[in-house]
Amino acid sequence: MNNVLTVENVCKNYGSFTALNNVSISVPKGSIFGLLGPNGAGKTSLIRIINQITLPDSGTVYLDGEILQPHHIQHIGYLPEERGLYKSMKVGEQALYLAQLKGMSKEEAKRKLKYWFEKFEITHWWDKKIQELSKGMAQKVQFIVTVMHTPKLLIFDEPFSGFDPINANLIKDEILNLRDEGASIIFSTHRMESVEEMCDYIALINKSNKILDGKLKDIKQQFKTNQFEVGLLSDNKELLLNQINEKFSAENSQTISFNDDLRLLINLKNCETSKDLIEFLNNKAQITHFTEVIPSVNDIFLKSVASNS
Amino acid sequence: MDKLKLIIKREFLAKVKNKSFIIMTVLSPLMVVGLFLLIIFLNEKNAEEIRTIAFVDESQKFSDAFEDSDAVKYIDLTSLGIEEAREKTKEFYYGLLVIPKSDSLSELSNGITFFSNDTPSLTVLSSIESKLEKKIRNLKIAQLQIDVDKIKSIETKVTIDAENFSGEKSSKIGSVLRMFAGGGFGYLIFMFIIIYGTSVMRSVIEEKTSRIIEVIISSVKPFQLMMGKIIGNAMAGILQFIIWMVIGGILLFAVTLYFGVGEVSSSSAQMAPEMVQQMQNSTNNDLQLVLQEIKNLPILTMFFSFIIYFLGGYLIYSSIYAAIGAAVDSETDTQQFMMPVLMPLVIAIYVGFSVIENPHGPIAVAFSLFPLTSPIVMLMRIPFGVPWWQLITSILLLIITFIGMVWFAAKIYRVGILMYGKKPSYKEIYKWLKY
Repeated sequence: MNNVLTVENVCKNYGSFTALNNVSISVPKGSIFGLLGPNGAGKTSLIRIINQITLPDSGTVYLDGEILQPHHIQHIGYLPEERGLYKSMKVGEQALYLAQLKGMSKEEAKRKLKYWFEKFEITHWWDKKIQELSKGMAQKVQFIVTVMHTPKLLIFDEPFSGFDPINANLIKDEILNLRDEGASIIFSTHRMESVEEMCDYIALINKSNKILDGKLKDIKQQFKTNQFEVGLLSDNKELLLNQINEKFSAENSQTISFNDDLRLLINLKNCETSKDLIEFLNNKAQITHFTEVIPSVNDIFLKSVASNS
Repeated sequence: MDKLKLIIKREFLAKVKNKSFIIMTVLSPLMVVGLFLLIIFLNEKNAEEIRTIAFVDESQKFSDAFEDSDAVKYIDLTSLGIEEAREKTKEFYYGLLVIPKSDSLSELSNGITFFSNDTPSLTVLSSIESKLEKKIRNLKIAQLQIDVDKIKSIETKVTIDAENFSGEKSSKIGSVLRMFAGGGFGYLIFMFIIIYGTSVMRSVIEEKTSRIIEVIISSVKPFQLMMGKIIGNAMAGILQFIIWMVIGGILLFAVTLYFGVGEVSSSSAQMAPEMVQQMQNSTNNDLQLVLQEIKNLPILTMFFSFIIYFLGGYLIYSSIYAAIGAAVDSETDTQQFMMPVLMPLVIAIYVGFSVIENPHGPIAVAFSLFPLTSPIVMLMRIPFGVPWWQLITSILLLIITFIGMVWFAAKIYRVGILMYGKKPSYKEIYKWLKY
């Protein structure tokens, strides 16, 4: 089994409202899997089913090849979007309690917590109450609580919300670390740049249906428009533009150039390659810039959701 | 199972470590004892005050009718005349009793007046009235030339010994005792359900508003969390009651020992020796009667049924409270759901009063079978003796209801804890049952 998690044809209805309609996803081992979708698409419903908070009406979920069972709870770590801790309970006590609920022994939990508290340099918080900590500080504790039982599968729902850029970076590095140590991660967020940066796989859910999934690279390939952005230095820009327009379809790029070159977006037909374009341009002008326009996750998101509705 | 234990432990500690719990636990017995001391103190103060009542007896018939007592002294001002006696009384005495000159005893009974600065207390007036009545009656008897001793020999006092067919004796003292035992237990359950039910509800709301709920139920089943909460709170409550009983018992014992002994010795000094003897006899008799009656109470049945009804009643109501807590976002939203919960409890207490009057009437039987009121009403009935079939039916109904109620509450709880932002209607909650 190469997938740590497989969700097969899961449906979930709340009364007459369909939250999930025949959704299937597979999360490969050791990957970071981006679960994307507009608000209310059904992401949280799916996450809750994976966490066995709710049961699906139909469909099956497998964890590491086994049908999901109550004892699998200890192999999953979940950081919900709506997070919180007992306000009047002490940090250490609380972390120990939550660790034990995840099936760790007290001694093991203490050892693990000591490691994490030292790593985050927050050992002196042990006897503080949560209500004495700032929101960001509490989030750190919450992160530790989520990962301390070294689960196979980690589910982070908006993990960076509430963190300043420094701490967000710290958390990001920790997530990548955990992945390198063998954990698989489901990552649900609306911050597309972090998806771009971190995810190997993505799935897009819209209106209770999965509309897209796969390796991020493949999806980008799939959404490639064969468009290139070029920068050209020329004395006679108008003549150059006319010449290009005769052979290719070009439009002005929005990019602001600092050396006053001509910035164009050129769409190639399927039969044409970038080699043809470079050879053509090289004869006409001095090339200062040449990139293939790769669709961002943001574009893919917007495009898919728009075409779906 | 281990997780349930963990949850119970946390809920118990969270409750017990709470400042208000500690304060309530320590302060309540002190307050009760303080109140007790205050009552004793005020009683002593009252007893110390001696009222002097002056009288002007123009009829010359009552000079020997007024005997001084501990609290009231009488002084004869007949020689001063009404006007002067009034002036003097205004200044020095509690009140002035004026008995007009009259030859007819019947006329006398209506013409007597009592003057005082303040409105006189009812006990003082009735004590004077009875003294006058007694004197007039004796005078009348003398007038009719009847032998007073003969009249006295007619007077009889009847005490009925009540006994039921299975041979258990009952008496008035017994009835009072039963009333207190039953009422006390019933009221205890009532208080416990309200205090700790609300505490369960608050705890659920706290988890919802602090948003930890989703973290927790990704580790444990909502049902485990709910039951852990209910059991943990109950244990905290039981601990509190035990502490109250121990502290209260010790303090009350100490106080009665201190005051009780002091009082008896001081008052017996003033009393004639034979009176003391008499009093001790009568208290001994009373005490023996009470002890006898306590023995007669179905103590074992009371104890076990208290435990059963206590657990059953608490489980039914606290699971309703947990469901309410799960359904709302904040405590202010709970009002619309609280009324229907409190209703049966309050009705049970009211019905309890009539149960004491008529422990085997149809109302008493009906409400002691109905599971939402039976924990209170049945406990009030048990000291008076309840047929076995009623007790068993009632307990069966209670058990069925609490299983059903816990199941029902767990369904609402499971959905409710994850719902935010909207105040649910009954219709909405009904829909949750089907999720």
